[in-house]
Amino acid sequence: MTTQLPPGLQLEKVDERIMTLNVGPQHPGSGHMRLIIKVDGDYIVSCDPDPGYVHRGEEKMAEYRNYIVNIPHLERPVIHDSCNVLYPYCLGVEELLGLEVPERAKYLRVIASELNRCVYIQYWLAIYGIFLGHSTMFMWPAGDRELLIDLLEKITGARVTHAYFVPGGIRNDVPANFEEMCLKRVNYFEKRIKEYAAIFYDNPILISRTQGAGVLSREDAIRLGTTGSTLRASGVDFDLRKKEPYDAYGELDVHSNVLKDGDSYARSKIPWLDMLESCNIIRQALQKMPKSGSVRVKLKPNPKGGNDEVYKRVESGRGSLGCYIVSRSQPEPYRLKLSVGSFRNLICMPYLLKGEKLGNMPAVYWSLNYWPVEADR
Amino acid sequence: MSQPETPETKPVATAPPAKAPPPAAKAPPQKELPQFEKSIADKLEGKFSTKATIEFVKVNRIRVKVNKEDMLDVARFIRDELHFDHAESVTGVDYPDQKEIEVTYHLGSYTDPELAKQVLTLATRAPREENPSPGNDSTRVPSLRDIFYSVEFHERECFEMLGVYFENHPDNRRLLLPEDWADLPPMRKDFKIKGR
Repeated sequence: MTTQLPPGLQLEKVDERIMTLNVGPQHPGSGHMRLIIKVDGDYIVSCDPDPGYVHRGEEKMAEYRNYIVNIPHLERPVIHDSCNVLYPYCLGVEELLGLEVPERAKYLRVIASELNRCVYIQYWLAIYGIFLGHSTMFMWPAGDRELLIDLLEKITGARVTHAYFVPGGIRNDVPANFEEMCLKRVNYFEKRIKEYAAIFYDNPILISRTQGAGVLSREDAIRLGTTGSTLRASGVDFDLRKKEPYDAYGELDVHSNVLKDGDSYARSKIPWLDMLESCNIIRQALQKMPKSGSVRVKLKPNPKGGNDEVYKRVESGRGSLGCYIVSRSQPEPYRLKLSVGSFRNLICMPYLLKGEKLGNMPAVYWSLNYWPVEADR
Repeated sequence: MSQPETPETKPVATAPPAKAPPPAAKAPPQKELPQFEKSIADKLEGKFSTKATIEFVKVNRIRVKVNKEDMLDVARFIRDELHFDHAESVTGVDYPDQKEIEVTYHLGSYTDPELAKQVLTLATRAPREENPSPGNDSTRVPSLRDIFYSVEFHERECFEMLGVYFENHPDNRRLLLPEDWADLPPMRKDFKIKGR
Protein backbone atom coordinates (compact mmCIF):
# COMPACT_ATOMS: atom_id res chain seq x y z
CA MET A 1 0.00 0.00 0.00
CA THR A 2 1.57 3.28 -1.00
CA THR A 3 0.09 6.51 0.18
CA GLN A 4 1.07 9.67 -1.57
CA LEU A 5 2.31 12.00 1.11
CA PRO A 6 3.73 15.47 0.64
CA PRO A 7 7.52 15.44 0.89
CA GLY A 8 8.84 15.61 4.45
CA LEU A 9 5.74 14.05 6.02
CA GLN A 10 5.63 10.51 7.39
CA LEU A 11 2.72 8.38 8.48
CA GLU A 12 2.84 7.35 12.11
CA LYS A 13 2.66 3.62 12.73
CA VAL A 14 -0.14 2.44 14.99
CA ASP A 15 2.29 0.64 17.29
CA GLU A 16 4.11 3.87 17.94
CA ARG A 17 0.95 5.71 18.84
CA ILE A 18 -0.11 3.18 21.45
CA MET A 19 1.67 3.46 24.76
CA THR A 20 1.56 0.83 27.50
CA LEU A 21 1.23 2.06 31.06
CA ASN A 22 1.70 -0.05 34.14
CA VAL A 23 -0.59 1.52 36.68
CA GLY A 24 0.39 -0.02 39.97
CA PRO A 25 0.91 -2.21 41.89
CA GLN A 26 2.50 0.45 44.04
CA HIS A 27 0.75 3.31 42.35
CA PRO A 28 -1.54 5.08 44.81
CA GLY A 29 -4.20 5.41 42.12
CA SER A 30 -4.68 1.70 41.68
CA GLY A 31 -4.58 0.14 45.10
CA HIS A 32 -2.50 -3.00 45.53
CA MET A 33 -2.96 -4.25 42.03
CA ARG A 34 -1.70 -3.56 38.57
CA LEU A 35 -3.67 -2.34 35.60
CA ILE A 36 -1.86 -2.76 32.32
CA ILE A 37 -3.36 0.05 30.31
CA LYS A 38 -2.74 0.82 26.67
CA VAL A 39 -3.40 4.43 25.75
CA ASP A 40 -3.77 6.19 22.45
CA GLY A 41 -3.20 9.80 23.37
CA ASP A 42 -5.57 10.45 26.20
CA TYR A 43 -7.87 7.50 25.56
CA ILE A 44 -7.63 4.01 26.97
CA VAL A 45 -7.54 1.40 24.21
CA SER A 46 -7.38 -1.67 26.39
CA CYS A 47 -7.01 -2.53 30.03
CA ASP A 48 -5.77 -5.78 31.48
CA PRO A 49 -6.15 -6.07 35.25
CA ASP A 50 -3.38 -8.01 36.96
CA PRO A 51 -4.38 -8.75 40.55
CA GLY A 52 -2.41 -10.98 42.88
CA TYR A 53 0.06 -8.57 44.40
CA VAL A 54 -1.43 -9.14 47.86
CA HIS A 55 -2.42 -12.77 47.40
CA ARG A 56 -2.02 -14.48 50.77
CA GLY A 57 -3.42 -17.93 50.16
CA GLU A 58 -6.26 -17.65 52.65
CA GLU A 59 -8.03 -20.63 51.08
CA LYS A 60 -4.97 -22.85 51.34
CA MET A 61 -4.33 -21.77 54.92
CA ALA A 62 -7.90 -22.66 55.84
CA GLU A 63 -7.32 -26.29 54.86
CA TYR A 64 -4.71 -26.67 57.60
CA ARG A 65 -6.61 -25.09 60.48
CA ASN A 66 -9.70 -26.21 62.30
CA TYR A 67 -13.01 -24.39 62.16
CA ILE A 68 -12.26 -22.16 65.15
CA VAL A 69 -8.63 -21.35 64.39
CA ASN A 70 -9.72 -20.26 60.92
CA ILE A 71 -11.68 -17.30 62.30
CA PRO A 72 -9.00 -14.64 62.77
CA HIS A 73 -7.19 -15.18 59.49
CA LEU A 74 -10.31 -15.40 57.36
CA GLU A 75 -11.28 -11.82 58.20
CA ARG A 76 -7.96 -10.51 56.87
CA PRO A 77 -9.07 -10.04 53.25
CA VAL A 78 -11.10 -7.00 54.28
CA ILE A 79 -10.24 -5.98 57.79
CA HIS A 80 -12.51 -2.93 57.58
CA ASP A 81 -15.46 -5.20 56.92
CA SER A 82 -14.33 -8.04 59.12
CA CYS A 83 -17.77 -8.95 60.48
CA ASN A 84 -19.25 -9.35 57.03
CA VAL A 85 -16.31 -11.37 55.75
CA LEU A 86 -16.69 -13.87 58.56
CA TYR A 87 -20.46 -13.99 58.29
CA PRO A 88 -20.88 -16.56 55.48
CA TYR A 89 -18.14 -18.72 56.96
CA CYS A 90 -19.92 -18.81 60.31
CA LEU A 91 -23.28 -19.52 58.70
CA GLY A 92 -21.71 -22.33 56.71
CA VAL A 93 -19.98 -23.93 59.67
CA GLU A 94 -23.19 -23.67 61.67
CA GLU A 95 -25.02 -25.62 59.00
CA LEU A 96 -22.27 -28.23 58.82
CA LEU A 97 -22.20 -28.71 62.57
CA GLY A 98 -25.96 -28.36 63.00
CA LEU A 99 -25.80 -25.41 65.38
CA GLU A 100 -28.74 -23.16 66.20
CA VAL A 101 -27.76 -19.58 66.95
CA PRO A 102 -29.48 -17.93 69.96
CA GLU A 103 -32.00 -15.23 69.06
CA ARG A 104 -30.12 -12.40 70.76
CA ALA A 105 -26.92 -13.30 68.92
CA LYS A 106 -28.75 -13.10 65.59
CA TYR A 107 -29.70 -9.50 66.24
CA LEU A 108 -26.32 -8.55 67.61
CA ARG A 109 -24.74 -10.03 64.50
CA VAL A 110 -26.98 -7.88 62.33
CA ILE A 111 -26.06 -4.77 64.32
CA ALA A 112 -22.34 -5.53 64.23
CA SER A 113 -22.35 -6.30 60.54
CA GLU A 114 -24.29 -3.12 59.70
CA LEU A 115 -21.93 -1.02 61.82
CA ASN A 116 -19.05 -2.69 60.06
CA ARG A 117 -20.61 -2.03 56.67
CA CYS A 118 -20.75 1.70 57.51
CA VAL A 119 -17.13 1.65 58.66
CA TYR A 120 -16.06 -0.02 55.44
CA ILE A 121 -18.06 2.31 53.22
CA GLN A 122 -16.68 5.35 55.03
CA TYR A 123 -13.17 4.13 54.35
CA TRP A 124 -13.97 3.50 50.72
CA LEU A 125 -15.65 6.89 50.42
CA ALA A 126 -12.59 8.61 51.88
CA ILE A 127 -10.41 7.00 49.22
CA TYR A 128 -12.88 7.78 46.48
CA GLY A 129 -12.94 11.41 47.61
CA ILE A 130 -9.19 11.85 47.69
CA PHE A 131 -8.69 10.26 44.27
CA LEU A 132 -11.12 12.70 42.78
CA GLY A 133 -9.12 15.50 44.41
CA HIS A 134 -11.75 16.27 47.03
CA SER A 135 -9.71 16.32 50.22
CA THR A 136 -12.64 17.30 52.47
CA MET A 137 -14.32 14.08 51.40
CA PHE A 138 -11.23 12.29 52.64
CA MET A 139 -11.20 14.00 56.04
CA TRP A 140 -14.88 13.78 56.86
CA PRO A 141 -15.51 10.06 56.40
CA ALA A 142 -12.12 9.20 57.91
CA GLY A 143 -13.09 11.19 60.98
CA ASP A 144 -16.71 10.10 61.22
CA ARG A 145 -15.90 6.44 60.98
CA GLU A 146 -14.01 6.73 64.26
CA LEU A 147 -17.37 7.18 65.92
CA LEU A 148 -18.48 3.72 64.90
CA ILE A 149 -15.04 2.17 65.32
CA ASP A 150 -15.12 3.32 68.96
CA LEU A 151 -18.50 1.72 69.33
CA LEU A 152 -17.31 -1.53 67.77
CA GLU A 153 -14.26 -1.44 70.01
CA LYS A 154 -16.52 -1.26 73.05
CA ILE A 155 -18.46 -4.31 71.80
CA THR A 156 -15.68 -6.48 70.48
CA GLY A 157 -12.50 -5.25 72.13
CA ALA A 158 -10.66 -4.55 68.89
CA ARG A 159 -10.76 -1.47 66.73
CA VAL A 160 -10.66 -3.02 63.30
CA THR A 161 -10.02 -6.76 63.28
CA HIS A 162 -12.89 -7.82 65.49
CA ALA A 163 -13.06 -11.62 65.05
CA TYR A 164 -16.44 -11.15 66.70
CA PHE A 165 -18.46 -13.80 64.93
CA VAL A 166 -17.88 -17.41 65.84
CA PRO A 167 -19.76 -20.48 64.65
CA GLY A 168 -22.68 -20.69 67.04
CA GLY A 169 -23.10 -17.02 67.85
CA ILE A 170 -20.84 -14.17 68.81
CA ARG A 171 -17.79 -14.11 71.01
CA ASN A 172 -19.18 -12.02 73.86
CA ASP A 173 -22.25 -10.08 74.85
CA VAL A 174 -22.38 -6.29 74.56
CA PRO A 175 -21.69 -3.94 77.49
CA ALA A 176 -24.55 -2.89 79.76
CA ASN A 177 -25.39 0.53 78.33
CA PHE A 178 -24.86 -0.61 74.73
CA GLU A 179 -28.33 0.07 73.34
CA GLU A 180 -28.47 3.65 74.50
CA MET A 181 -24.89 4.33 73.39
CA CYS A 182 -25.42 2.70 70.00
CA LEU A 183 -28.65 4.57 69.30
CA LYS A 184 -27.07 7.89 70.18
CA ARG A 185 -24.08 7.34 67.95
CA VAL A 186 -26.04 5.95 65.04
CA ASN A 187 -28.45 8.88 65.13
CA TYR A 188 -25.59 11.35 65.15
CA PHE A 189 -23.82 9.41 62.41
CA GLU A 190 -26.90 9.50 60.23
CA LYS A 191 -27.27 13.24 60.68
CA ARG A 192 -23.62 13.64 59.84
CA ILE A 193 -23.58 11.55 56.64
CA LYS A 194 -26.63 13.40 55.37
CA GLU A 195 -24.37 16.45 55.24
CA TYR A 196 -22.20 14.68 52.68
CA ALA A 197 -24.84 15.29 50.06
CA ALA A 198 -24.28 19.04 50.01
CA ILE A 199 -20.50 18.89 49.85
CA PHE A 200 -20.00 15.82 47.68
CA TYR A 201 -22.97 14.27 45.93
CA ASP A 202 -24.56 17.55 44.85
CA ASN A 203 -21.21 19.06 44.02
CA PRO A 204 -21.21 20.09 40.33
CA ILE A 205 -17.54 19.19 39.99
CA LEU A 206 -18.11 15.64 41.16
CA ILE A 207 -21.16 15.32 38.97
CA SER A 208 -19.33 16.53 35.89
CA ARG A 209 -16.47 14.12 36.52
CA THR A 210 -18.48 11.01 37.24
CA GLN A 211 -21.78 11.33 35.44
CA GLY A 212 -21.71 9.36 32.22
CA ALA A 213 -18.27 7.92 32.99
CA GLY A 214 -18.01 4.15 32.68
CA VAL A 215 -21.62 3.31 31.96
CA LEU A 216 -22.58 -0.30 32.66
CA SER A 217 -25.93 -1.24 31.19
CA ARG A 218 -28.38 -3.47 33.01
CA GLU A 219 -27.92 -6.34 30.56
CA ASP A 220 -24.14 -6.21 30.83
CA ALA A 221 -24.24 -5.99 34.61
CA ILE A 222 -26.19 -9.25 34.62
CA ARG A 223 -24.12 -10.91 31.92
CA LEU A 224 -20.84 -10.06 33.63
CA GLY A 225 -22.21 -11.40 36.91
CA THR A 226 -21.42 -8.23 38.86
CA THR A 227 -22.64 -7.79 42.37
CA GLY A 228 -23.29 -5.29 45.14
CA SER A 229 -23.30 -1.59 44.48
CA THR A 230 -22.11 -2.07 40.90
CA LEU A 231 -25.09 -4.26 40.14
CA ARG A 232 -27.63 -2.15 41.99
CA ALA A 233 -26.39 1.05 40.32
CA SER A 234 -27.26 -0.56 36.99
CA GLY A 235 -30.88 -1.04 37.92
CA VAL A 236 -30.91 -4.64 39.15
CA ASP A 237 -32.69 -4.96 42.47
CA PHE A 238 -30.64 -7.67 44.13
CA ASP A 239 -29.72 -7.36 47.77
CA LEU A 240 -29.25 -10.62 49.64
CA ARG A 241 -30.43 -9.06 52.89
CA LYS A 242 -33.81 -8.81 51.20
CA LYS A 243 -33.69 -11.63 48.66
CA GLU A 244 -32.26 -14.40 50.81
CA PRO A 245 -32.55 -13.08 54.38
CA TYR A 246 -30.15 -14.68 56.82
CA ASP A 247 -30.19 -14.52 60.63
CA ALA A 248 -32.44 -11.70 61.81
CA TYR A 249 -32.76 -9.88 58.47
CA GLY A 250 -35.96 -11.75 57.75
CA GLU A 251 -37.70 -9.99 60.64
CA LEU A 252 -36.46 -6.53 59.70
CA ASP A 253 -37.73 -4.20 57.05
CA VAL A 254 -34.81 -3.84 54.63
CA HIS A 255 -34.99 -1.47 51.71
CA SER A 256 -32.55 -2.08 48.88
CA ASN A 257 -31.23 0.94 47.04
CA VAL A 258 -31.35 0.82 43.26
CA LEU A 259 -30.36 3.45 40.70
CA LYS A 260 -30.81 3.13 36.99
CA ASP A 261 -27.98 5.14 35.41
CA GLY A 262 -25.17 2.62 35.77
CA ASP A 263 -22.47 5.30 35.62
CA SER A 264 -19.75 6.12 38.13
CA TYR A 265 -21.96 8.66 39.84
CA ALA A 266 -24.69 6.11 40.51
CA ARG A 267 -22.11 3.58 41.65
CA SER A 268 -20.64 6.07 44.09
CA LYS A 269 -24.02 7.03 45.45
CA ILE A 270 -25.33 3.54 46.22
CA PRO A 271 -22.90 2.87 49.11
CA TRP A 272 -23.85 6.19 50.66
CA LEU A 273 -27.54 5.31 50.45
CA ASP A 274 -26.65 1.94 51.93
CA MET A 275 -25.16 3.66 54.96
CA LEU A 276 -28.41 5.52 55.55
CA GLU A 277 -30.28 2.23 55.21
CA SER A 278 -27.87 0.60 57.64
CA CYS A 279 -28.80 3.22 60.25
CA ASN A 280 -32.45 2.25 59.79
CA ILE A 281 -31.68 -1.43 60.13
CA ILE A 282 -29.65 -0.89 63.30
CA ARG A 283 -32.47 1.10 64.90
CA GLN A 284 -34.99 -1.60 64.03
CA ALA A 285 -32.72 -4.34 65.32
CA LEU A 286 -32.12 -2.50 68.60
CA GLN A 287 -35.85 -2.28 69.09
CA LYS A 288 -36.66 -5.91 68.30
CA MET A 289 -33.65 -7.49 69.94
CA PRO A 290 -34.35 -9.72 72.97
CA LYS A 291 -33.07 -7.81 75.97
CA SER A 292 -31.27 -10.75 77.52
CA GLY A 293 -30.34 -14.31 76.82
CA SER A 294 -27.35 -16.30 75.73
CA VAL A 295 -25.33 -15.20 72.72
CA ARG A 296 -23.31 -18.31 71.97
CA VAL A 297 -23.84 -22.03 71.93
CA LYS A 298 -21.14 -24.15 73.43
CA LEU A 299 -19.05 -26.09 70.95
CA LYS A 300 -17.29 -29.38 71.41
CA PRO A 301 -13.51 -29.06 71.20
CA ASN A 302 -12.30 -29.55 67.62
CA PRO A 303 -15.76 -30.02 66.10
CA LYS A 304 -16.06 -32.09 62.93
CA GLY A 305 -18.46 -31.61 60.08
CA GLY A 306 -19.99 -34.55 58.25
CA ASN A 307 -19.36 -35.65 54.70
CA ASP A 308 -21.14 -32.65 53.28
CA GLU A 309 -20.75 -29.35 51.52
CA VAL A 310 -22.36 -25.99 52.03
CA TYR A 311 -22.54 -22.71 50.14
CA LYS A 312 -23.65 -19.68 52.14
CA ARG A 313 -23.73 -16.08 51.03
CA VAL A 314 -24.33 -12.71 52.62
CA GLU A 315 -24.46 -9.13 51.41
CA SER A 316 -21.16 -7.51 52.34
CA GLY A 317 -20.07 -3.94 51.73
CA ARG A 318 -18.92 -4.94 48.25
CA GLY A 319 -21.78 -7.19 47.31
CA SER A 320 -22.59 -10.84 47.63
CA LEU A 321 -19.95 -12.76 49.54
CA GLY A 322 -20.18 -16.51 49.27
CA CYS A 323 -18.40 -19.15 51.25
CA TYR A 324 -18.20 -22.68 49.92
CA ILE A 325 -17.03 -25.27 52.43
CA VAL A 326 -16.40 -28.91 51.56
CA SER A 327 -16.17 -31.07 54.64
CA ARG A 328 -14.90 -34.66 54.76
CA SER A 329 -15.49 -35.52 58.42
CA GLN A 330 -12.36 -33.72 59.51
CA PRO A 331 -11.90 -30.90 62.02
CA GLU A 332 -10.49 -28.84 59.17
CA PRO A 333 -12.42 -27.89 56.03
CA TYR A 334 -11.34 -30.04 53.09
CA ARG A 335 -11.73 -27.08 50.78
CA LEU A 336 -12.82 -23.56 51.52
CA LYS A 337 -13.57 -21.06 48.81
CA LEU A 338 -14.48 -17.43 49.25
CA SER A 339 -16.42 -16.02 46.34
CA VAL A 340 -15.89 -12.33 46.95
CA GLY A 341 -17.60 -9.29 45.46
CA SER A 342 -14.37 -7.57 44.46
CA PHE A 343 -13.19 -10.53 42.41
CA ARG A 344 -16.55 -10.80 40.70
CA ASN A 345 -16.54 -7.11 39.83
CA LEU A 346 -13.00 -7.28 38.46
CA ILE A 347 -14.34 -8.44 35.12
CA CYS A 348 -15.97 -5.01 34.61
CA MET A 349 -12.65 -3.21 34.60
CA PRO A 350 -11.42 -3.98 31.07
CA TYR A 351 -14.96 -3.51 29.90
CA LEU A 352 -15.63 -0.11 31.47
CA LEU A 353 -12.23 1.48 31.01
CA LYS A 354 -12.01 0.77 27.29
CA GLY A 355 -12.61 4.01 25.43
CA GLU A 356 -12.52 6.06 28.60
CA LYS A 357 -10.14 8.97 29.13
CA LEU A 358 -7.10 8.16 31.22
CA GLY A 359 -8.00 10.94 33.62
CA ASN A 360 -11.29 9.20 34.31
CA MET A 361 -9.56 6.00 35.34
CA PRO A 362 -9.64 6.65 39.12
CA ALA A 363 -13.23 7.83 38.95
CA VAL A 364 -14.32 4.61 37.25
CA TYR A 365 -11.93 2.25 39.02
CA TRP A 366 -12.79 3.28 42.56
CA SER A 367 -16.49 3.55 41.85
CA LEU A 368 -16.51 -0.24 41.38
CA ASN A 369 -16.13 -0.56 45.16
CA TYR A 370 -13.13 -2.76 44.54
CA TRP A 371 -10.93 -3.91 47.36
CA PRO A 372 -7.71 -5.45 45.96
CA VAL A 373 -6.85 -7.42 49.08
CA GLU A 374 -10.23 -9.08 49.04
CA ALA A 375 -10.03 -9.96 45.37
CA ASP A 376 -6.64 -11.63 45.87
CA ARG A 377 -7.54 -13.38 49.12
CA MET B 1 -20.41 -35.50 48.85
CA SER B 2 -16.90 -36.31 47.98
CA GLN B 3 -17.02 -40.08 48.09
CA PRO B 4 -18.22 -41.74 44.90
CA GLU B 5 -20.82 -43.78 46.77
CA THR B 6 -22.45 -40.72 48.32
CA PRO B 7 -24.95 -40.26 45.46
CA GLU B 8 -26.41 -43.68 46.21
CA THR B 9 -26.79 -42.96 49.89
CA LYS B 10 -28.80 -39.86 49.05
CA PRO B 11 -31.25 -41.00 46.37
CA VAL B 12 -32.91 -37.67 46.14
CA ALA B 13 -35.16 -37.99 43.16
CA THR B 14 -36.47 -41.49 43.76
CA ALA B 15 -37.41 -41.80 47.41
CA PRO B 16 -37.77 -38.52 49.29
CA PRO B 17 -38.84 -39.92 52.70
CA ALA B 18 -35.73 -42.10 52.81
CA LYS B 19 -33.63 -38.96 53.23
CA ALA B 20 -34.18 -38.75 56.99
CA PRO B 21 -30.95 -37.21 58.31
CA PRO B 22 -29.02 -39.49 60.69
CA PRO B 23 -28.13 -36.80 63.25
CA ALA B 24 -31.34 -35.79 65.04
CA ALA B 25 -30.07 -32.26 65.62
CA LYS B 26 -30.21 -31.38 61.91
CA ALA B 27 -32.56 -28.66 60.73
CA PRO B 28 -36.17 -29.84 60.19
CA PRO B 29 -36.55 -28.81 56.50
CA GLN B 30 -34.13 -31.61 55.63
CA LYS B 31 -36.77 -34.24 56.25
CA GLU B 32 -38.99 -33.17 53.42
CA LEU B 33 -37.64 -32.06 50.09
CA PRO B 34 -38.45 -28.45 49.30
CA GLN B 35 -41.00 -28.33 46.51
CA PHE B 36 -39.62 -25.58 44.30
CA GLU B 37 -36.08 -26.91 44.34
CA LYS B 38 -37.45 -30.37 43.61
CA SER B 39 -39.26 -29.08 40.54
CA ILE B 40 -36.05 -27.63 39.11
CA ALA B 41 -34.21 -30.86 39.79
CA ASP B 42 -37.01 -32.82 38.10
CA LYS B 43 -36.75 -30.66 34.99
CA LEU B 44 -33.06 -31.42 34.79
CA GLU B 45 -33.64 -35.12 35.35
CA GLY B 46 -36.39 -35.21 32.78
CA LYS B 47 -34.17 -33.71 30.15
CA PHE B 48 -30.88 -35.43 30.97
CA SER B 49 -31.99 -38.65 32.67
CA THR B 50 -28.70 -40.49 32.37
CA LYS B 51 -26.32 -37.62 31.84
CA ALA B 52 -27.02 -35.53 34.91
CA THR B 53 -27.02 -36.85 38.46
CA ILE B 54 -28.85 -34.83 41.08
CA GLU B 55 -26.65 -35.24 44.13
CA PHE B 56 -28.74 -33.34 46.62
CA VAL B 57 -31.70 -31.02 46.92
CA LYS B 58 -31.63 -28.76 49.96
CA VAL B 59 -33.41 -25.53 50.75
CA ASN B 60 -32.30 -23.07 48.03
CA ARG B 61 -29.47 -25.33 46.95
CA ILE B 62 -29.33 -27.99 44.25
CA ARG B 63 -26.28 -29.94 43.21
CA VAL B 64 -25.96 -31.51 39.78
CA LYS B 65 -23.08 -33.64 38.65
CA VAL B 66 -22.36 -34.26 34.99
CA ASN B 67 -19.64 -35.83 32.90
CA LYS B 68 -17.41 -33.28 31.30
CA GLU B 69 -18.53 -34.32 27.82
CA ASP B 70 -22.11 -33.32 28.64
CA MET B 71 -21.11 -30.16 30.45
CA LEU B 72 -21.90 -27.73 27.64
CA ASP B 73 -25.34 -29.23 26.88
CA VAL B 74 -26.40 -29.18 30.50
CA ALA B 75 -25.08 -25.67 31.07
CA ARG B 76 -26.91 -24.40 28.00
CA PHE B 77 -30.13 -25.96 29.24
CA ILE B 78 -29.64 -24.40 32.67
CA ARG B 79 -29.20 -20.98 31.10
CA ASP B 80 -31.91 -21.12 28.44
CA GLU B 81 -34.63 -23.19 30.07
CA LEU B 82 -34.02 -22.77 33.80
CA HIS B 83 -32.98 -19.07 33.51
CA PHE B 84 -29.85 -19.08 35.61
CA ASP B 85 -27.83 -16.22 34.19
CA HIS B 86 -24.52 -15.80 35.98
CA ALA B 87 -21.84 -17.71 37.85
CA GLU B 88 -21.02 -16.73 41.40
CA SER B 89 -17.86 -18.75 41.65
CA VAL B 90 -15.87 -21.54 40.09
CA THR B 91 -14.12 -23.79 42.56
CA GLY B 92 -11.69 -26.58 41.99
CA VAL B 93 -11.45 -29.34 44.57
CA ASP B 94 -8.60 -31.80 44.48
CA TYR B 95 -9.26 -35.47 45.31
CA PRO B 96 -5.90 -37.24 45.07
CA ASP B 97 -7.33 -40.47 46.54
CA GLN B 98 -9.80 -40.67 43.65
CA LYS B 99 -7.30 -39.34 41.10
CA GLU B 100 -9.75 -36.66 40.06
CA ILE B 101 -10.18 -32.92 40.30
CA GLU B 102 -13.68 -31.57 40.66
CA VAL B 103 -14.69 -28.26 39.14
CA THR B 104 -17.77 -26.73 40.71
CA TYR B 105 -19.79 -23.86 39.27
CA HIS B 106 -22.18 -21.99 41.54
CA LEU B 107 -24.86 -20.48 39.36
CA GLY B 108 -27.42 -17.88 40.31
CA SER B 109 -30.06 -15.75 38.66
CA TYR B 110 -30.69 -12.02 38.66
CA THR B 111 -33.39 -11.90 36.03
CA ASP B 112 -35.85 -14.42 37.43
CA PRO B 113 -37.16 -13.21 40.81
CA GLU B 114 -38.30 -16.73 41.69
CA LEU B 115 -34.74 -17.95 41.48
CA ALA B 116 -33.21 -15.15 43.56
CA LYS B 117 -32.60 -17.46 46.52
CA GLN B 118 -31.43 -20.40 44.47
CA VAL B 119 -27.85 -21.42 43.90
CA LEU B 120 -27.40 -24.29 41.49
CA THR B 121 -24.16 -26.19 41.86
CA LEU B 122 -22.94 -27.72 38.64
CA ALA B 123 -20.05 -30.09 39.17
CA THR B 124 -17.87 -32.04 36.82
CA ARG B 125 -14.66 -34.00 37.20
CA ALA B 126 -11.41 -34.09 35.31
CA PRO B 127 -8.69 -36.75 35.56
CA ARG B 128 -5.77 -35.86 37.76
CA GLU B 129 -2.16 -36.55 36.92
CA GLU B 130 0.59 -37.21 39.40
CA ASN B 131 3.10 -34.97 37.66
CA PRO B 132 0.98 -32.14 36.37
CA SER B 133 1.92 -30.04 33.43
CA PRO B 134 -0.88 -27.47 33.43
CA GLY B 135 -2.29 -26.93 29.99
CA ASN B 136 -0.53 -29.91 28.42
CA ASP B 137 -1.90 -32.88 30.32
CA SER B 138 -5.28 -34.61 30.42
CA THR B 139 -6.62 -32.44 33.23
CA ARG B 140 -9.05 -30.42 31.16
CA VAL B 141 -12.73 -29.55 31.08
CA PRO B 142 -14.71 -27.50 28.57
CA SER B 143 -14.93 -23.82 29.39
CA LEU B 144 -18.39 -22.40 30.10
CA ARG B 145 -17.30 -18.92 29.12
CA ASP B 146 -19.43 -18.86 25.96
CA ILE B 147 -22.49 -19.77 28.00
CA PHE B 148 -21.86 -17.84 31.20
CA TYR B 149 -19.63 -14.92 30.35
CA SER B 150 -19.08 -14.20 34.02
CA VAL B 151 -16.90 -17.28 34.56
CA GLU B 152 -13.96 -15.76 32.67
CA PHE B 153 -11.79 -14.71 35.62
CA HIS B 154 -12.99 -17.50 37.86
CA GLU B 155 -11.84 -20.11 35.35
CA ARG B 156 -8.49 -18.39 35.01
CA GLU B 157 -8.08 -18.59 38.76
CA CYS B 158 -9.04 -22.27 38.76
CA PHE B 159 -6.53 -23.00 36.01
CA GLU B 160 -3.58 -21.57 37.87
CA MET B 161 -4.59 -22.82 41.29
CA LEU B 162 -5.37 -26.43 40.29
CA GLY B 163 -3.96 -26.83 36.82
CA VAL B 164 -7.33 -27.53 35.20
CA TYR B 165 -7.18 -26.37 31.61
CA PHE B 166 -10.40 -24.90 30.26
CA GLU B 167 -10.82 -25.81 26.62
CA ASN B 168 -11.89 -22.91 24.41
CA HIS B 169 -11.32 -20.36 27.11
CA PRO B 170 -9.90 -17.36 25.23
CA ASP B 171 -7.47 -16.35 27.92
CA ASN B 172 -5.98 -19.21 29.97
CA ARG B 173 -3.32 -17.02 31.56
CA ARG B 174 -2.00 -16.58 35.07
CA LEU B 175 -4.06 -14.28 37.23
CA LEU B 176 -3.14 -14.18 40.90
CA LEU B 177 0.10 -16.15 41.03
CA PRO B 178 3.43 -14.59 40.12
CA GLU B 179 4.50 -14.92 36.50
CA ASP B 180 7.51 -17.05 37.43
CA TRP B 181 5.63 -19.58 39.55
CA ALA B 182 7.17 -22.94 38.67
CA ASP B 183 5.90 -25.15 41.48
CA LEU B 184 2.82 -27.37 41.61
CA PRO B 185 -0.55 -25.67 41.27
CA PRO B 186 -0.90 -24.49 44.89
CA MET B 187 -4.43 -25.61 45.67
CA ARG B 188 -3.57 -29.24 44.95
CA LYS B 189 -3.35 -31.36 48.05
CA ASP B 190 0.23 -32.44 47.40
CA PHE B 191 1.39 -28.83 47.55
CA LYS B 192 2.18 -28.45 51.25
CA ILE B 193 2.58 -25.28 53.24
CA LYS B 194 5.98 -25.04 54.88
CA GLY B 195 5.99 -26.01 58.52
CA ARG B 196 2.55 -27.60 58.53
